[in-house]
Amino acid sequence: MTQIQRGDLVLDIKNLVANVAGRNILKGLDLTVRAGEVHAIMGPNGAGKSTLAQILAGRPDYEIKSGTVTYLDEDLLALAPEERARRGVFLGFQYPVEIPGVNNVYLLKAALNARRRQAGLQEVDAFEFMAIIREKMKLMKMDESFLKRGVNEGFSGGEKKRNEILQMTVLEPTLAILDETDSGLDIDALKVVSTGVNSLRQDDRAIILVTHYQRLLDYIVPDYVHVLAGGRIVRSGDRTLALELEERGYDWLVEGSSAA
Amino acid sequence: MSTPTAPDLEQLVAQKYRHGFVTDIESDTLPPGLNEDVIRVISRKKAEPQFLLDWRLKAFRLWQTLTEPTWAHVAHHPIDYQSISYFSAPKSKTDGPKSLADVDPKLLATYDKLGVPLHERARLAGVAVDAVFDSVSVATTFKDRLHAAGVIFCPFSDAVRDHPALIEQYLGSVVPQGDNFYAALNSAVFTDGSFVYIPKGVRCPMELSTYFRINAANTGQFERTLIIADEGSHVSYLEGCTAPMRDENQLHAAVVELVALESANIKYSTVQNWYPGDENGIGGIYNFVTKRGECRGRNSRISWTQVETGSAITWKYPSCVLIGEGSVGEFYSVAVANHLQQADTGTKMIHIGANTTSTIVSKGISAGRAQNTYRGLVKVLPSASGARNYTQCDSLLMGPDCGAHTFPYVEVKNPSAVVEHEATTSRIGEDQLFYLLQRGLSQEDAVNMIVNGFCKSVFNELPMEFAVEAQNLLALSLEGSVG
Repeated sequence: MTQIQRGDLVLDIKNLVANVAGRNILKGLDLTVRAGEVHAIMGPNGAGKSTLAQILAGRPDYEIKSGTVTYLDEDLLALAPEERARRGVFLGFQYPVEIPGVNNVYLLKAALNARRRQAGLQEVDAFEFMAIIREKMKLMKMDESFLKRGVNEGFSGGEKKRNEILQMTVLEPTLAILDETDSGLDIDALKVVSTGVNSLRQDDRAIILVTHYQRLLDYIVPDYVHVLAGGRIVRSGDRTLALELEERGYDWLVEGSSAA
Repeated sequence: MSTPTAPDLEQLVAQKYRHGFVTDIESDTLPPGLNEDVIRVISRKKAEPQFLLDWRLKAFRLWQTLTEPTWAHVAHHPIDYQSISYFSAPKSKTDGPKSLADVDPKLLATYDKLGVPLHERARLAGVAVDAVFDSVSVATTFKDRLHAAGVIFCPFSDAVRDHPALIEQYLGSVVPQGDNFYAALNSAVFTDGSFVYIPKGVRCPMELSTYFRINAANTGQFERTLIIADEGSHVSYLEGCTAPMRDENQLHAAVVELVALESANIKYSTVQNWYPGDENGIGGIYNFVTKRGECRGRNSRISWTQVETGSAITWKYPSCVLIGEGSVGEFYSVAVANHLQQADTGTKMIHIGANTTSTIVSKGISAGRAQNTYRGLVKVLPSASGARNYTQCDSLLMGPDCGAHTFPYVEVKNPSAVVEHEATTSRIGEDQLFYLLQRGLSQEDAVNMIVNGFCKSVFNELPMEFAVEAQNLLALSLEGSVG
C-alpha cells in the first residue's frame, strides 16, 4: 500500500448533486477529509446522510447529476464498488444484511485477501487469518461461536454492528464510513464499538462517522463535526458544535438551509 | 405375435447397412423404431434368460397402454419414440476424439474449473478408452477390495449373467414395469446400468462413487440401476459426475431401484450435469427418471441427495417407501435452472410402517428465463402411527424473468402423524450483493457465495470430496446470470 501521511488528502467531494429514484437528495455537497482525521456528520432525518455514505461506497441505485469525488488522487465515482473496497473504502452499514449459510470467517478472509491482492501483498492463509481474527474478536469482545455462524445470521442488532466494526478492524481501511453504527446499541455495546473504532485512529486513515446523536462522540471524539441538512453541509465546526446541536436541535440550522 | 426365427433377427439387425446408418464394422446398431421384435433382439443380443425377456415384453405391452405424463410444469415438443434406436453396442472407439488435444478447449476449460483429476478428463471427454491406461489399473485395485468384502458391484448385464436369482427377485420390485410411461419404456428396452449387492452386516469399504467415476462406461440413455442392501449393511453410492459428459442422446429415461433390508443404510447421491441446451434452449437433454427406494426392514434408512444443474428438462422424483417400522427416508436436493432450462423435481415419502420419519430439504435456484418446480408428496397411511415428516422448501430467484413453483402435496390418514412444512421464496438480494461487493468481492464471487450459502444444508450431505466439486459446478452453471 502506498504510504499515506497525516494530512494527506483522502477524500475530496466537490459540489456533489445526486438523485435517488428521481428525487434530488444531495444538492451541492462539499467535504474534504484528510488522513488522521475523524469527521462526524450529523443532521436531521432525510437530510441525505445515508445517501452520502451509500454513494461513497458505490451503491448502484444513486444517480450522480454533477460534482466530483476524489479519493487518493483517483476519481472515486468511476470505480466499481468492489474496486473502491479493495482500495480501502469501507462502509459500516446501518442495516447489515444477513447472508444465510455464508460463514463469517469465510467472507472476511475473502475480503481481506481481495484487499491484499489489490495492494500487491501476499494473501493470508487460513492459519494466519485465524490468528488475526482471534485477536480482533478479543478486542471486540466477541464470542468464539461467532466463527461458526453465518454472516449476520440470527444476529441481534448490536451483534450486527459489532460485526461491522470487527470487519473494519480486520480490513484496516484507509477511509472508513460508519453509517449510524451507534443506532440500536446499548451503552456497553457502544463502548465496545468505540474501542474498536478508536483502535483504528491512525495517521494513515480517515474516519467518517454518520450519526444522529452526540452520545457516540463522547466515546469517539471527532476532529470535525458537520451538519448535513437539505442536501449540503450547512455548518462545520469542532466537537463543541455537536454539543450545541444536542442542546438546540437542528431547526435553527435547517431553516437557514431551506431558505438558501 | 410369433417368435421371430433366427433369420428374421439377422435381417432386422442387417437393416442398418441397407439404410447406411453406420458404416463401422464394429458397431451393432438397430435401426430406429420400437416393437416386440426389437425387444427380442435386445434380449437375445445380451443373451438374457427367458424370464427377463418375458419381463421386458410385459413392460412393453404396458407401455403401449400408457401415455406420457402431462402434469409436470414443463413444456417440450412431442418425442417421436419410433425415431430412436434402441440398441447400440458400446460406442466404437474410433468414434470419439483421439486424444485430449482433439477435445473442445471449452470442455477442457470446464474440467479445469471443476478440478476434475487429470486422469479422468480423457474418459469424460469420450477419448478412446485405450488412451486411459492409468485409471484401468486403479479400477482393478478397487475391484479387489470390493470383492474381498463380498460386495457385488458390476454392470447390470453382468449381474443378469452371474446373479440371475437376485435379479429375478428384485428387478421391478420397487418400480414395477407399469409404474409410469418412462419407467415402462425403460423396463422394455434398458440395455445396461449398475448392480450393487451389499451382503449382511457389511459396510461397503469405499464410496462407490470413487470406483464408478473411474470405471463407468457409457451406460446409455435407458439406464437401469438396482441396489440391494442386505440386513445391517451400509453403502454410499454416487451417480454421475460434475463434469459434462459427451452424450448425443436427447432422451434419457433411467430407472433406479433401491432396497434396504433391516437396519440397512443406503445413501445415494447424484450430481447431474448433462447438456442443458444453449442460451436459446436449443439442444439439451430430456432427463425423465424414476428413482425409488424401499425401506423394507425395520430401522432401515434411504437417503437421496441430488445436485441437478444440467439437462434441458428434468423430471425426477427420488422417493422413499417407508415400510419397515422406524425406517427413515431423506431427500436433499439442489436444483438449478438457468437460461431456458425446466426442472420439475421433488420427492415422494410414503409412510407405511409405524414410527417412520422423513426429511425433505429442497433448494431451487432459478436464473435467466428458467422455470424451477418443486413437487413433493408426503403420504401417511393409516398403518403409520407416529410418523413424522419435516419438509423445507426454499427457492432463490436470480433476475426478473425466471420462475419458481412449489407443489407440496400432503395426505395424512393417521391422526398421530406430525407433518411440518416450511417454504420460502427469495430474490437474490441487491442488498446482499452490494454488501459483499463493498467488502471487495467480485460480482461473480459474491453471487457464488450467496448461492452456496443458500445450498449449504444440502451440500453438507454430499460425500466430502464431492461437495467442493458441486460448489464449483454451481458457480459454472450460474456464470453471468446476475449483472
